[in-house]
This record gives sequence, structure tokens and C-alpha cells, in this order.
Amino acid sequence: MPNQVKARLQSNRKVGEYHHLVLAGEKIADGVKPGHFVSIAIGDTNSPMVTRRAFSIHRATPMTAHGSTLEIVVHPHGTGTDWLAAQEVGTTIDVISPLGKPFALPKNPVSCLLVAGGYGSAPMTFLAEELTARGCQVDMVFGAGTESKLFDVLAAKRIARFFEVTTDDGSSGVKGRVSDVIPNMFLNGHTAVVYACGPMPMLESVAALAKQRNIVSQVAVEESMACGIGVCMTCVLPIVGDDGITRMTRSCVDGPVFRGDRVRWDDLGTVPDDCLGAPKVGGH
Amino acid sequence: MAVDLHSKLGSISLKSPILTASGTAASGKELDQFFDITQIGGIVTKSIMLNPRSGRATPRMVETPSGMLNSIGLQGPGVDQFIENDLRWLAERGATTIVSIAGNDAREFWQVAQKLRGHPAIAGFEVNISCPNVANRGLVFACHPASAAEVVAEVRSAVGADFPLFAKLSPDVTSISEIAYSVVDAGANGVSLINTLLGMALDHRTLKPILGGRTGGLSGPAIRPVAIRAVYQVRAALPDVPIIGMGGIRSGIDALEFLAAGANAISVGTAIFSDPSAPMRIQRELESEIAARNFRSVAEVVSIAHLGV
Repeated sequence: MPNQVKARLQSNRKVGEYHHLVLAGEKIADGVKPGHFVSIAIGDTNSPMVTRRAFSIHRATPMTAHGSTLEIVVHPHGTGTDWLAAQEVGTTIDVISPLGKPFALPKNPVSCLLVAGGYGSAPMTFLAEELTARGCQVDMVFGAGTESKLFDVLAAKRIARFFEVTTDDGSSGVKGRVSDVIPNMFLNGHTAVVYACGPMPMLESVAALAKQRNIVSQVAVEESMACGIGVCMTCVLPIVGDDGITRMTRSCVDGPVFRGDRVRWDDLGTVPDDCLGAPKVGGH
Repeated sequence: MAVDLHSKLGSISLKSPILTASGTAASGKELDQFFDITQIGGIVTKSIMLNPRSGRATPRMVETPSGMLNSIGLQGPGVDQFIENDLRWLAERGATTIVSIAGNDAREFWQVAQKLRGHPAIAGFEVNISCPNVANRGLVFACHPASAAEVVAEVRSAVGADFPLFAKLSPDVTSISEIAYSVVDAGANGVSLINTLLGMALDHRTLKPILGGRTGGLSGPAIRPVAIRAVYQVRAALPDVPIIGMGGIRSGIDALEFLAAGANAISVGTAIFSDPSAPMRIQRELESEIAARNFRSVAEVVSIAHLGV
């Protein structure tokens, strides 16, 4: 169950093009698992920005000297994220945590590949630690446009068995996309499950590569949302259910993690004709 | 000094004037994680239609200055699932429930009302004749006095003479008082003012509409003065008709402004998105605001803006 916490900003550190924020508050780390996210109110109750912003959880530490802490990675690229990245240590931040369904972990100690694009790497070392603790082999690949948009590379190097970096401009690691190196990593790592977090086109390519090889994929999607708790119905995408029926499904409460083969990638941004309750001719 | 928050909405007695706004609280279950939903006046549920409905394509939301546009398009499970899941839960929870109903035509409104009539958990209906997120703008019944009246009359015929009906009106009309007259004449006990305003925002890069539905409904503090004006005008025109006021309420003082303009109860909507505890917080703040002005009850402040004018 999510808690709404008035958290104290304990640290705000610039890392490449991102900001690494540590938030402290009672219960803020309770029940947090890799893949969960938080939502943050932008400004006080008089703020002109009326919707919350969602961030995947980088790390959760219950019961430190400062109380529980929660870490997130912010990419300042709009009014809300610019505001958050500009906040000074000591500021009170309204945080709701944890939200969403986390990554599903394998029952058996299998080989896993963790794929991240840009700040999609935020939850990945947290996930890697959980998997390692279960005896899973963990391989990782981080991709970004350029080196300054990579996050947490050193931590990934430490925990991963095989680790690759790709950048579009070749400023770090292999020049290219994560999808260029994933097939070899699948082969070398005998991957059974692939986890991915990043931009939608990257998630789509990961899901497609996994499907070709009968590898289970778990993808954490990023959809814009107003509330993060399941009431506003803005963050939907077409997802195939256990019953084979496609529904416009909320990524905040039914996701953000979905099985890659359940996402109707070709139909994102549309309502497929065979979706439950799809509009007849003329639209809604 | 304790303030008596009890409110009368026609024949409906509320423990406080604070309701949730339809479409911003689902059926209350998610919000119940953040505050006890039985401690506010009541829950107005997301509009329900006869059949399951997917809603519109994404993007469905864009933040605008002190507001947001949405083009959800009435996504919902259909009335049968709503009765089985949502209403059952609300009944067990014991929350005062006003059910918002919608339809593609007057006949569908009647069918939905038929399915729901007599359910012991329902205190009243809010008849949503003003959702802007429909492909055919001609179907915004609340833009035409005759269409608005036709839908209300159909619903009235389904539920019998005494059941509380509130018609939710659109501000996108020349005279909202004229629409209010026509729905009351057709059998509405009261009106809900206001639904979202039709709006649009363009992507700064592509210079094309951002929303999947192109247009959307504007809500949030940006529309509050429009809502206050609508409540004030309708109260002046129809002194005895119960009014549920809404539009950008995010504090106790905002709620008080609506009561003073003539609302008997108020709905908290978009504020829930940034603060899911907002209805409870606003209720506490309203109590303080009323006490600070040396009033003892909600009843004393309702319509006070009209006194001596």
C-alpha cells in the first residue's frame, strides 16, 4: 500500500545530464521492490503544475540514521523535472511510494539480462542485487545517446557478470544501440529472462529479440500520467490479458512492468479495433 | 468552535459538503488508501455507460498553466461490471455514493438508469450530459436546452418521481442558466456546475495537437473563475435548486468561495491528482475557514454572496 510522505531532500547531486536525489522520510522505503515507482508533487498546493511526476526507484534503504531513504534519478527536461532538479537540500517534497507492480522475479536461479536506455538504468542495480541474492546470474547492457546520458555504469560493472555499454555517438562503449549487442549477450549468457527499462522503441526491440528466442521479457514502460494511483486513466496502453483480450490498461497500477509479449507495440498510441470497448465508426 | 458541516443536497443529507468530482476518483477505492472515504460528504463515481468502453487513444493528458487537458473518452467497464465490482465495494464500505451516468443517446441513459435503479448503495445520480470528449460534438447534450431536457426526462422516467437527479452542465454555452432551467423543468432536482471546458494544446515541436483526441477538457484552478461565475448565475436564476459546485477547488478557501456563490456541496477533482488526500484536507481547511469568519455551519455560508446584492 502506498504512503504519502512529506520527505526531506537529503541530497541533490548532478550526475552527467541527470540529478541523483536522496529523499528521507518515515515509511518512504517501506515495501519497495525493484520496478516500483514514486510520484512527486511539483511545488506546493498553490503550484501552477497540477499533475505529479513519476520516477522509478533507484534504491530504497529502510532505517538509516536519517530515517528511511529513497533514491531517484531525475532528467531535467520540462517544467516539472526542472523544478525538482533545482530543489535545495532540506526542501520538503511530497512523495507517494511505492507505486505500481514491481518486476516479477524468477523462482529458479536462472540467467538474467538487464537492459537499460538512458536513465532507465536507475532501477537496474537494485534489481541486479535482488536477482543475485536469489542465485541468478546477472548480465547487463546500458545504452544512451552519449556518455553523459549513461547512469550508474560503475555499479553495474561491479555486479554484472557480462556488462556492455552502447552509445549512439560512440563516446562510450560500442557505437550503436543496445539491440546491436543483445543477441550476443543472449547467446553468451544463456539468458532465460530479460528485464528492460527505457524508451518505448528500445523496449519494443528488446521484447522482439526476446520473443525470437523464447526468452521471457519484463519491460517497465514510461507513459505520462497525472495521478500515478489509478484514478485518472491517462497512462493506458493496449495490453493483452491472460484471457487473450486486449484492454486499455493503466500502466500506473497494472504496470509499469508488463510482460513484453503482452504489449501491443504496433498499436501504441491507438485503440486497436479488437480492444475491449473499442469505438465503432466515428470514434468516441 | 466546532462547525456544523452537514449539508443538504435536496433530499440527500451529507455529513459534509465535500464530494469527489466524477472522473477523478474512480469509485473511491484507490483514494481510500490515503484517507477514509466515509469521512467526507461522498463519492461521485466516474461516469458509467451501458457497455465496456475503451476510451480514446493516448496521449490523453497534457498539463497546462494551473490546469490540465484530458481526453480520456469515458473509459469504463460497463454498468454490469460496475454494479458487480464498484457498487458492491462502495456498499460494503458504507460511503455515500452518487453515481454518474452517461450515454451516447437518451435511450442509453435510460437503460443505464434502469439497471441501477433501486440499488440501495446509490444516494442519487449525476447525469453527465456534458462530457466534451466525444467525437460528435452534437452529442454534448448540455449544449442544447432541448437535448439536455430530453436526456433528463428519460432518466427521470426510469427512476420514478422522487429519486435525486443532478444534471451536470457544460460551461461552453451562451447561457448556462437557460440550460439549468430546461433540465430542472425536465425533472432534475439539481445541477452540477461545471464540467470541463473544451480546449486544445499544440506540441511545440510538431505544431500539431498533443492529445490523441485532439481536443480535451480543461480542468484545474485555471477554470475556477468560470465555475464560480456559473454557480453564481444559476443560483441567482434558480434560488432554490440544489447545486453541486466544482472547478479547480484545491483548498478550503476555494470550497468556501463556491458555497458563498451558491453551491450546496462541492466536488474536488483535479486537485486529487496532485494530492490524493485533497478531499479530506480541503474538508479540514473549510472547517477552519468557516470558523475563522465566526460562522457555525455550512448552511449559514451557502449563497451568502447574493445577500444584499
